[in-house]
Amino acid sequence: MALLEVENLEVYYGVINALKGISFKVNEGEIVTLIGANGAGKTTTMQSVVGLLSSKSGNITFDGHDISKLPCDKIVKLGMTQVPEGRHIFQELTVYENLLLGGFLLKDQKIIKEDINMIYERFPRLYERKNQIGGTLSGGEQQMLAIGRALMSKPKLLMLDEPSMGLSPLLVDEVFDIIKTINNEGTTILLVEQNAGKSLAISDRAYVLENGRITLSGTGKELMSSEEVKKAYLGG
Amino acid sequence: MEIITTIINGLSIGGIYAMIALGYTMVYGIAKMLNFAHGDIIMVGGYTIYVTMNLTGHPLIAIAVAVVFCVILGVTIEKVAYKPLRGASPLAVLITAIGVSYLLQSLAQIVFGSAPKMVRIADMGSLKIGSLKIQVYTLVTLVCTIIVMICLTLFVKLTKTGRAMLATSEDKAATQLMGISVNRIITITFAIGSALAALAGLFYLLKAPSISNTFGSMPGIKAFTAAVIGGIGSIPGAMLGGFLLGIVECISYKIPIIAPYTDAIEFLILIVILLVKPTGILGKRRREKV
Repeated sequence: MALLEVENLEVYYGVINALKGISFKVNEGEIVTLIGANGAGKTTTMQSVVGLLSSKSGNITFDGHDISKLPCDKIVKLGMTQVPEGRHIFQELTVYENLLLGGFLLKDQKIIKEDINMIYERFPRLYERKNQIGGTLSGGEQQMLAIGRALMSKPKLLMLDEPSMGLSPLLVDEVFDIIKTINNEGTTILLVEQNAGKSLAISDRAYVLENGRITLSGTGKELMSSEEVKKAYLGG
Repeated sequence: MEIITTIINGLSIGGIYAMIALGYTMVYGIAKMLNFAHGDIIMVGGYTIYVTMNLTGHPLIAIAVAVVFCVILGVTIEKVAYKPLRGASPLAVLITAIGVSYLLQSLAQIVFGSAPKMVRIADMGSLKIGSLKIQVYTLVTLVCTIIVMICLTLFVKLTKTGRAMLATSEDKAATQLMGISVNRIITITFAIGSALAALAGLFYLLKAPSISNTFGSMPGIKAFTAAVIGGIGSIPGAMLGGFLLGIVECISYKIPIIAPYTDAIEFLILIVILLVKPTGILGKRRREKV
């Protein structure tokens, strides 16, 4: 069953038609990737789905709910969240406070404590730096924190926008490993990446976004062996 | 010994400025707007105290009614006047705020007339410690404002809602991704700011028990100056700026040559600080990210 279904999503920035009616779906348990060049509309798609962009048309259904008109906080309550491009951690709050905010929707203090400890186990670096303010973390640590913070809300669907951006090759591998692990534990993933090779390798399915349109779709393997994708996104 | 009295007076008036400044700075930090009608909430609080004192004669009831009424008014103004302008140009919001300010002043003039009204809340007398003579209301004001500020600081630091307020002031998009309704946080901020303004109205009336429709203008401007001096958007900055301005004001009043220029001196401090540190004493330059 499709957990997320996007139909004919269209977005205008003023007169610029950023998304020209795209449709895609994410089934429960999958890792789905949108790949595409800069300006193809990947981040616009992500922000539209999660409700950060409201001037859009088309249908977005999540877990049986029509979310196309809902504001972001209501959508997050339904069980979807996003690690935004550029991580957007709270720079002036501590690692611990960032995680607490991630668990804002949880009511039970005990569960929040347990969840934070689980995040610390997954990312020991965050435990070491729990009282440090977010702005002083390295890029990799900030990415771990952004992912940990998003996991605190126990989303059914976790969306990650360019999680490998600006990280060293070693950390990029680590981030993709983490995404794979999170998926194995039962969270559905929608990923946006410029690093097509690494993301296709872990994806069940993928879509290629070009100038606001989906031009190609298939399983991760299919797209990896597609001549077009090889030429445009995998460096020949 | 005179200097000690002056400093206590300065801290007391500074405490009032700080409470008003907190309203400006929190609203600016979270809604990114300058709420120029904030000073007039003080005036509405003052008139509410005047009316309830006449009706009930009981100061505590008057204060409670004033706080509740100002909270409802502040939240209503936000919903009716500012919320529809979310995303509009800052200038449109600013002009709307000035409009709301005039609206409140004019309404007060229609209802209460333009002649000042006397408001006797409580005569607390004065206290003598050795050669030190202190008005009791200054001590009451100082203690109360400090308690309120400690509570507010703890609220922001330790509660979920407080953390959500800090998060909103830093990054609205990320805050929404935590499932937090930014509109709700803005409403709470206006409620807190208005409650503080009502209390400031009370303390001002203890000091000078006369109220007219421009009652809130000067404290409003002074407190706004204090908020900018301390660094607008910063909660400790508003407190620091308020106390600083209060002390400068009281010291300046005590020196005959410069006493008539006290207001000018306070605004001069603002100009100097903006020249030396444009973000204010505790203000931080936000890195704008794309």
